[in-house]
Amino acid sequence: MNDPRLPPEPPRRPKRDYVRPLDLKHGRIDMTHGSGGRAMAQLVDELFLPAFDNPWLAQGNDQAAFEAPPELAAGGRLVMATDAHVVSPLFFPGGDIGCLAVHGTVNDVAMAGARPLHLAASFILEEGLALAELARIVESMARAAREAGVAIVTGDTKVVEKGKGDGCFITTTGIGVVPAGVRIAGDRARPGDAILVSGTLGDHGVAIMGERESLGFSTRIVSDTAALHGLVAAMVTAVPDIHVLRDPTRGGVATTLNEIARQSRVGMLLDEAALPVREEVAAACEILGLDPLYVANEGKLVCICAPEHAERLLAVMRQHPLGVQSARIGSVHADDHHFVQMTTAFGGRRIVDWLTGEQLPRIC
Amino acid sequence: MCLAIPVRVVERLAGDDALVDVGGVRKTISLALVDDVQPGDYVILHVGYAIQKLDTEEAARTLALFAELEATVPAAPAEAGP
Amino acid sequence: MKYIDEFRDGRTARVIASAIAREADLARRYHIMEFCGGHTHAISRYGIGELLPPNIRLIHGPGCPVCVLPIGRVDSALELALERGAIVATYGDCLRVPATGGLSLLKAKARGADVRMVYSAADVIRLAQEQPAREVVFFAIGFETTTPPTALAIRQAEQLGLANFSVFCNHVLTPSAIANILESPEVRELGTVPLDAFIGPAHVSTVIGSRPYEHFAEEYGKPVVIAGFEPLDVMQSILMLVRQLNEGRAEVENEFARAVTRQGNLKAQALVADVFELRKAFEWRGLGVLPYSALRIKSAYAAFDAERRFGLAYRSVPDHKACQCGAILRGLKRPQDCKVFGTVCTPENPLGSCMVSSEGACAAHYTYGRYKDAAVPTP
Repeated sequence: MNDPRLPPEPPRRPKRDYVRPLDLKHGRIDMTHGSGGRAMAQLVDELFLPAFDNPWLAQGNDQAAFEAPPELAAGGRLVMATDAHVVSPLFFPGGDIGCLAVHGTVNDVAMAGARPLHLAASFILEEGLALAELARIVESMARAAREAGVAIVTGDTKVVEKGKGDGCFITTTGIGVVPAGVRIAGDRARPGDAILVSGTLGDHGVAIMGERESLGFSTRIVSDTAALHGLVAAMVTAVPDIHVLRDPTRGGVATTLNEIARQSRVGMLLDEAALPVREEVAAACEILGLDPLYVANEGKLVCICAPEHAERLLAVMRQHPLGVQSARIGSVHADDHHFVQMTTAFGGRRIVDWLTGEQLPRIC
Repeated sequence: MCLAIPVRVVERLAGDDALVDVGGVRKTISLALVDDVQPGDYVILHVGYAIQKLDTEEAARTLALFAELEATVPAAPAEAGP
Repeated sequence: MKYIDEFRDGRTARVIASAIAREADLARRYHIMEFCGGHTHAISRYGIGELLPPNIRLIHGPGCPVCVLPIGRVDSALELALERGAIVATYGDCLRVPATGGLSLLKAKARGADVRMVYSAADVIRLAQEQPAREVVFFAIGFETTTPPTALAIRQAEQLGLANFSVFCNHVLTPSAIANILESPEVRELGTVPLDAFIGPAHVSTVIGSRPYEHFAEEYGKPVVIAGFEPLDVMQSILMLVRQLNEGRAEVENEFARAVTRQGNLKAQALVADVFELRKAFEWRGLGVLPYSALRIKSAYAAFDAERRFGLAYRSVPDHKACQCGAILRGLKRPQDCKVFGTVCTPENPLGSCMVSSEGACAAHYTYGRYKDAAVPTP
């Protein structure tokens, strides 16, 4: 305060364009952050822009425009995919909703054999969400996007009243480009094809479940969330004529294979002994009465290819850090019922059906 | 619902609770329904409670029974499936 | 996982299977009923039926507590949730049982009822402590394995003076179900359901011991082998039953010796006896009203009895006309014999309770076995 014994301090006026910055340590999202006004602009300017840091966003438009990728001129095609993320809790061992949102859509695009180009991200934030948490999420998204070589070029933010949204929901939409001559699709599985998987099953789901207090167990399993486009690129380079690629998220490998079986109008036979599953994942599933085949993954892919390509693909996959535990888990055959069957490690045979009901809510 | 699995007791906690381990997964359960359980023992876990101790000698005996059976089988067929 | 994986070994399974094939008398048929939801599930999941010779038939009995829960009782739980404003907590499969009007607890949740899934009775105690202003009711179901935890919860509630906690008790007793099957005209006189032997339940037996089954072996001359939970246990027990039947014996044998003794878990039994008493009669879905087959909470613990607290009245509700759960539970029919199996009645839209629980005969067959009914090419 003004001590009369000291010389008077020169008047200090705030700079003309001074704007009180967001309190990222203690602040919370409130309804003004979604209203389209100054508070929202500040959120974008101080949080999203610096984190996502790319020329499109910096332009400040409601959309992003870019050049056609060179592959298009050479006969390639554009690919687009979208995913909403409602995972709870927001932060879990191995990841968070932010990087999950990036990986999920990058992977969906990559499963067409496409090179991911750009992402759009829309946020629905709940009134009361701590800015510190949002900052962590955004930072994680930014890092995941950088590592994946994609930019988040456009976005949107809405805020809903407290109690109407669980902290944060994120929807990402991605575009990519698939080179000419590559046609990877769910209806291309053929009798005789090999079914491959890029690693251990059920890690993500179990990591999430371990965080749910009501389930009361603890594990060292971490989510496998990862961007798979690098692995896919290596695979497509080695074998351009891969038939099917898909990442088994909610509902696990069982659901993904049933989808493909139906699309391709074929049957499948899996070998239970060949399924790669971590011991802890198997144990957690035992405790909960779940089957790892139905538990979510976020960094794995299923690949269906002609039998003569299986060995080559497996070799390439195992060379890649995200495919070290790749394995052949079964094969495709003709079947009008489109059943996915499995020979059990026990020597019997059973069907691996569609998932019934809800294994566990809010897993992805 | 009939879900029950054998788990290993890692340590006793306050009251009747205990920390158990199965395949590397840890869980806190109640031992209120069984007596004389020490770390290292195995119990059968059902809906959060140990309902019985596992008799490891009997378990070994049952497994030995299987092994004996194997010895009596004349050259068990490799993959003679149905 | 120790004491689990060893009992799932495929090679040993084939060894036991070939022993069974060798010893099963080709001149006769063996009809074996298993009584434990866990066994139904294991048989389906591991494809044990595949490994047995064709003259051994496995029949699924009423060992699934969700499956035998009558509609009227679920209606009461729905009343508690929808009309009486209580938080109703129960085990997983119970949430999906369809009651009157096709309504289930899960569907009631979608309508705004506060319904919670729990993995343990202790969770409900915690819930009641966290919600002192609300009534919290534990919709307790299960055979003798699951009853002791409920008893503990009631005792704990008393110690804690939890005024908002109560239990809607639907615990049922295994021997009664077995007796009912054996007493049924189809088995006793008509022989329409030939029943030669029983695979005794695994975990129920850890609590009640092997003693209660001696009565059935003596009185009805049917051998019983108590089997462990894992597929090798089940196969070994089938081998033991085949031997008993071949030798004309009718004894109680214990394959699950690592967890079952003759007396069972006396501490748990004493606890149950302290808190519960027998009901004179109780309706079982599909089996009708059975005497002395279920438990209710003793007057000493009346404060925690939801039926008394809320004045719940029981109304018996018949099954859907097309539903064959009753016959299936008694081993009279197989799931695939039911006209609506797999079409109108599926796990997503179950008409009857056999399709709801993963341990129910219909759900197990649908999930694991129905491909066998279709002519499916073996690649």
